[in-house]
Amino acid sequence: MKVIEVRNLRKQYPDHLAVDDVSFEVAEGEIFGILGPNGAGKTTTVECVAGLRVPDGGTVRVAGLDPQLNRGELRHVLGMQLQSAALPEKIKVWEAMDLYASFYPDPADWSELLERVGLGGKRDTAFKKLSGGQRQRLSVALALVGRPRVAVLDELTTGLDPQARRDTWELVEQVRDSGVTIVLVTHFMEEAERLCDRLALIDAGKVAATDTPAGLIAQVGGEQRLRFRPSAPVDDALLRALPEVREVTRSGEQLVVSGTGNLAPAVTLALAQHGVVPGDLRIEQTTLDDAFLALTGRKLS
Amino acid sequence: MKLLLVETKLHLREWPFLLFTVGLPVALLLVLGLSIPDMTQPGASGERAVDTQMPSLMTLLSLLTLACSVVPAVLTGYREQGVLRRMSTTPVHPARLLGVQLLINLVVGAVTTALLIVTGSLVFGSAAPRQWVGFILVFLLGSAALQAIGLVIAALAPNAKVAPGIGSAVMFPLMFLGGMWVPRDLMPDALRTVSDYSVAGPFAQALRDTWAGHAPQTAHLVVVGAALLIFSGLAVRLFRWE
Repeated sequence: MKVIEVRNLRKQYPDHLAVDDVSFEVAEGEIFGILGPNGAGKTTTVECVAGLRVPDGGTVRVAGLDPQLNRGELRHVLGMQLQSAALPEKIKVWEAMDLYASFYPDPADWSELLERVGLGGKRDTAFKKLSGGQRQRLSVALALVGRPRVAVLDELTTGLDPQARRDTWELVEQVRDSGVTIVLVTHFMEEAERLCDRLALIDAGKVAATDTPAGLIAQVGGEQRLRFRPSAPVDDALLRALPEVREVTRSGEQLVVSGTGNLAPAVTLALAQHGVVPGDLRIEQTTLDDAFLALTGRKLS
Repeated sequence: MKLLLVETKLHLREWPFLLFTVGLPVALLLVLGLSIPDMTQPGASGERAVDTQMPSLMTLLSLLTLACSVVPAVLTGYREQGVLRRMSTTPVHPARLLGVQLLINLVVGAVTTALLIVTGSLVFGSAAPRQWVGFILVFLLGSAALQAIGLVIAALAPNAKVAPGIGSAVMFPLMFLGGMWVPRDLMPDALRTVSDYSVAGPFAQALRDTWAGHAPQTAHLVVVGAALLIFSGLAVRLFRWE
């Protein structure tokens, strides 16, 4: 079932066209990524989805609601973590949770929610004393306190150190496992690849492609390369006979096998059948960065 | 309700505000009243400056500080930090937060006024406002008009850094026209005419009139009421949530 449907969304600001033509659908229960470089129109897109901005064209439906006509109902269905939205400096964590819970008729148990995001020990800490990662986790908790069906998380891990980023990723997966559909806005390829079930690549206000991370990579050829040093001489023809293999080249002692699909298992199995062990085996894959470059002619970061 | 509770706590945590909005007016009444002999000498009308003139000016000082510095500082801060934007993602519109802020300021102003009345009566034996119903109505009308001006300042200030500057640029002329440095009785006619239309002037005068037991002048109420309508209308049109 589609929770979010966006068709031909367009948003013009006085000085520039932020969103030109964006369409995508998000299925219930998935983590849907919106990936693109800064200024691509990602935030404007989700702000239109959340009813915070009025689109100039196109249609948006969230759980069947029109964000412009049903603003009030939408707020109960969709929780949003905004890019760089803070809280008053001196508000304590528990006060913020308690306050935001009071905005909803049937809120989540906010103490439990705080535990879940790992802030159970920070209840009495003032907002300004929280670290960047803690603020983001509080922000996620606030977005979830109304028990939304859909949570929009905008640039959740920007500015976080690698450890905090990984912790936040785990949190996002937990949230999805609790049944909430997630729209994740990001410009980190690694984040999108790790978390998203499907994603839309957005560039200059348009969707360049929508697919699973693996699908996007496959769209641009999706080649993998295997490099290894065989323990015994191998006949190239043996490997070329495999349907997954496209090319076999040699560089010194190393054998480089290029191909698609289940390349690595197919090759290693074939080698094993001939008693050859691939030493120093390395698998090089096309990344989302490569896919983005191929699809838009532009680098992601 | 919870919003009111939390915002009240936050206001109290920003206690330096209270030094200026509560502490300063009361302290000035005490210090000036006790140190300047003229303040406690009966004037031509038989009334002392500490009876109605000083406390009504100190009430004005508190309300002007609330309207011109506290309102813009808090609201531009909230706007800049994204507090208003975050709230707009919830079922409760951030306008509620604005309303709560204005209510808290109204209460702070009322507390200051009550303290001024108590201090005046205990220290100088001054009477509480005699025309008290009129006094309360004038107080409410004037606070609302000044806060509407504060909202317009918050709406126009491009960021939280310049808000206090704009606030002061509005506040000091209004204090002057309200009679803070030159009492309205001693103003040259031309200046007093300007003062009559300055919101602060008629407001201070109406406070003083009701304090002394007279009815407020209709013209004064009309000016303050008109200011309330104009500035709240402007605030609604100009206010930006982000």
